[in-house]
Amino acid sequence: MANDTAKQAEGKRAYLEIRDVVKKFGEFTALKDISLDIFEGEFVCFLGPSGCGKTTLLRAIAGLDIQTSGRIVQAGRDISALPPSERDFGIVFQSYALFPNLTVRRNVAYGLENRRRPKAEVEARVKELLALVGLPDQGDKYPAQLSGGQQQRVALARALATSPGLLLLDEPLSALDAKVRMHLRHEVRQLQNKLGVTTIMVTHDQEEALTMADRIVVMNHGVIEQVGTPEEIYGHPASPFVADFVGTMNFIEAVAAGEGRIRLDGVELTARGAEGIAAGTPVTLCVRPEDVVARGVSGSTPNSFDAEVQELEFLGSFFRAYLRAAGVRGTEISADFSVNLVRDLGIREGMTARLALPTERILVFAGRAGAARAA
Amino acid sequence: MQTAASPRVRPRLGTDDWILRGTMLAVAALLFVGILLPLYALLSKSFQGPDGSFVGLANYANYFSNPALVYSIQNSVTVTTVATVITLVLAFFYAYGLTRTCIPCKSLFKGIALVPILMPSLLPAISLVYFFGNQGIAKELLFGHSIYGPIGIVMGEAYYVFPHVMTILLIAMSMSDARLYEAATSLGASRTRIFFTVTLPGIRYGLVSAFFVAFTLIITDFGVPKVIGGQYNVLATDVYKQVVGRHDFEMGAVVSMVLLVPAVIAFFADRIVQRRQTAALTARSVPYQPQPSRGRDLFYLIYCSLIGAMILAVLAMAAYASLVRLWPYNLSFTTYHYQFDLRDGGGWAAYRNSIEMASWTALFGTVIIFVGAYLVEKAKGFREGRAVLQFLAMVPMAVPGLVLGLAYVFFFNSPANPLNFLYHTMTILVICTVTHFYTVAHLTGVTALKQMDPEFEAVSASLKVPVYKTFWRVTVPVCVPAILDVSMYLFVNAMTTVSAVVFLYSPDTALASVAVLNMDDAGEIASAAAMGMMIVLTSAGVRLLHAILTRGIARRTQAWRKR
Repeated sequence: MANDTAKQAEGKRAYLEIRDVVKKFGEFTALKDISLDIFEGEFVCFLGPSGCGKTTLLRAIAGLDIQTSGRIVQAGRDISALPPSERDFGIVFQSYALFPNLTVRRNVAYGLENRRRPKAEVEARVKELLALVGLPDQGDKYPAQLSGGQQQRVALARALATSPGLLLLDEPLSALDAKVRMHLRHEVRQLQNKLGVTTIMVTHDQEEALTMADRIVVMNHGVIEQVGTPEEIYGHPASPFVADFVGTMNFIEAVAAGEGRIRLDGVELTARGAEGIAAGTPVTLCVRPEDVVARGVSGSTPNSFDAEVQELEFLGSFFRAYLRAAGVRGTEISADFSVNLVRDLGIREGMTARLALPTERILVFAGRAGAARAA
Repeated sequence: MQTAASPRVRPRLGTDDWILRGTMLAVAALLFVGILLPLYALLSKSFQGPDGSFVGLANYANYFSNPALVYSIQNSVTVTTVATVITLVLAFFYAYGLTRTCIPCKSLFKGIALVPILMPSLLPAISLVYFFGNQGIAKELLFGHSIYGPIGIVMGEAYYVFPHVMTILLIAMSMSDARLYEAATSLGASRTRIFFTVTLPGIRYGLVSAFFVAFTLIITDFGVPKVIGGQYNVLATDVYKQVVGRHDFEMGAVVSMVLLVPAVIAFFADRIVQRRQTAALTARSVPYQPQPSRGRDLFYLIYCSLIGAMILAVLAMAAYASLVRLWPYNLSFTTYHYQFDLRDGGGWAAYRNSIEMASWTALFGTVIIFVGAYLVEKAKGFREGRAVLQFLAMVPMAVPGLVLGLAYVFFFNSPANPLNFLYHTMTILVICTVTHFYTVAHLTGVTALKQMDPEFEAVSASLKVPVYKTFWRVTVPVCVPAILDVSMYLFVNAMTTVSAVVFLYSPDTALASVAVLNMDDAGEIASAAAMGMMIVLTSAGVRLLHAILTRGIARRTQAWRKR
């Protein structure tokens, strides 16, 4: 999937072009000069904390809150100033927004009935859609008689009924409980694959974005922090904010030592990305807890150091270890150790272990990252 | 990043936007003509001489140099304050009994407390005359004092505003949080301490709101002092006397402006308090469940029964008086007093006119007000238009009926006004009544609309369904209970109102409530009571119909309303 997208990005023209979009609410600027391309058939997630502008951008694309300035082009048509009714999209909201006084069937048929299609055709289409979302025999119920997950499927069917070119999902799974959410993630993604409809989903749940999206657009304070595949976003976050917001990350203050080396608490480490930074510059070093290596590390392993195990937290399938480096400043670092590893190495609270931070797993950002991190 | 400002996007308006804006303009224009222009006419009249020339503050100077008129201000404030406080106290314990104790028949007591809403305020005053008047059955209870005057006004007004005050307090008391009581009890607070530290603070906004509502209703009420005020002049009767009695329209305008002052103050004070209250409410409150307590429950049962009996007694006396041949000499039953055609005041035609007027008011009022509420609440964009409409919808609340009626006289009776042809027609009575009761109905509509998902309009736009279709297929069906409430409210008020329409009816469009007033004026008190009873029966019938309809709809729509 990710490869397909990359291919598309090289050649084809974007299906949705967003150019220099600014949205102001009075004095407050909710979107600061956003530019983005979305390709046909792609599943894109807008990810970010609340207030980052992701929903504002979605509503601008839908025409529900038109941007202050900037251009939006969909399938070659400039839709920047058009009212929602003249755009081509289907939308699903967190609240489902199903019409409570209409049956499931009438809800799904709502957009079709308006187009003066023959009744039989409408009925057939509704039947097809209800089967598609896995509710073939719930058509005569009212929304209030369905579970939250079922209601969301109906909302999805209603949005897809008129075969829109663009599907917009505004936090569609946030109101559901954890199990249903997991299940629906999978189903929504499968459905999108099957129909090939270009889809934008807004979410604040990084796990949801990572599991569902072809590409993720990470946003913060009205700007795009990074656009990339889930692997890129997770493995190569472009900023401390992305590093912190997506997944768990250790932020360690250190000093560049020149030539790709970094001095941390009396230990010198090599790290990719540190090459261009002048010696003596304060840097922030990022490493994910699961990338901290403890197995097969000896005194001669590169990038290794001693650390005391301060606390061991059992989290079911793994342990989170809170460690303190043996150096002068006692840098704190957390690591995820598998249950096997803890058993094999006999790791317990109070002991000292030899740890290594693999060169290719370390990210380096110039400066102190504290302020730039996600809350 | 580009710093050069790119051109502003000018959103193109779709068909929906034009429909919404056009409708908004129409409703705003109606309200503009219905309330702002007449008020302006009234204001300018108060600065004019009888020949229409501008005389500055001369009318006001005249007014304030006339001790008899100025004395009315003091009278008004005095009786209003006394009646308000008495009603607050009586209604407080009544509502307390209904929410914080385990007395039986609570819904019956609630229903009884609402009975006064069904009558024009003239009727309880008439009934009080039968109790305490010169030939009253219980006049000894006044120890030689006359019912005609402040005593009668206070009693009549207390009766008239009791349901309004009781309802506000009832809502305030039923909203308080049980957890606060549990916490207070577990901390060892005594009952008295809990009352003063938890109960009272919890309903203080309700109390303040009830105070202002009662104060405004009483100081602007005209029916009670008209019937039972005797020589005791108050502002409301002064307006009437200046205009109808002395044909001094300029002075009537000045008194109206004076009457507008307390109403406007009360309006703003209430708005401020209500805003605070919403901020003070928490979402996760646990409703208070009273525990049985023999002594307390018995006390409140007796108390509520007593109040309830008094409310019913006033109604029963009016009914009785309308049915006996010649009070107090010949108490044999007769329907003689219901032969309205034998008397002045408009006869049965007046009753039929009232029904017609109330029906039109309910029909057009409900449509206009609900559409207006929809536009204020749901029309996307065009914020300025919505703000103006919301403001216009709130103005009628601050304008007493008498003031509105007089303002209509000045505005519509002016020969220069192209709308002059409406004067003395049924139409103007309907317009005036819709305007008069606009605000409460509007707020009912807004509250119902607020409970709907804010994204319905967005979804239907994305499905390319025009806004009016979704309004008709979804908004209206979902809001049917609120729509019925609004139409019933308008109908009952149109039946009972006197104050605004008293200046506007013509011989052809006399109304039942006005007939009550005129027959009472002419000394036909029994017939006045009889016509009052016709109004009560009609209002009660409509309320009953409303209850049946609401229940039927609730049953039919149960499938999609119940969660």
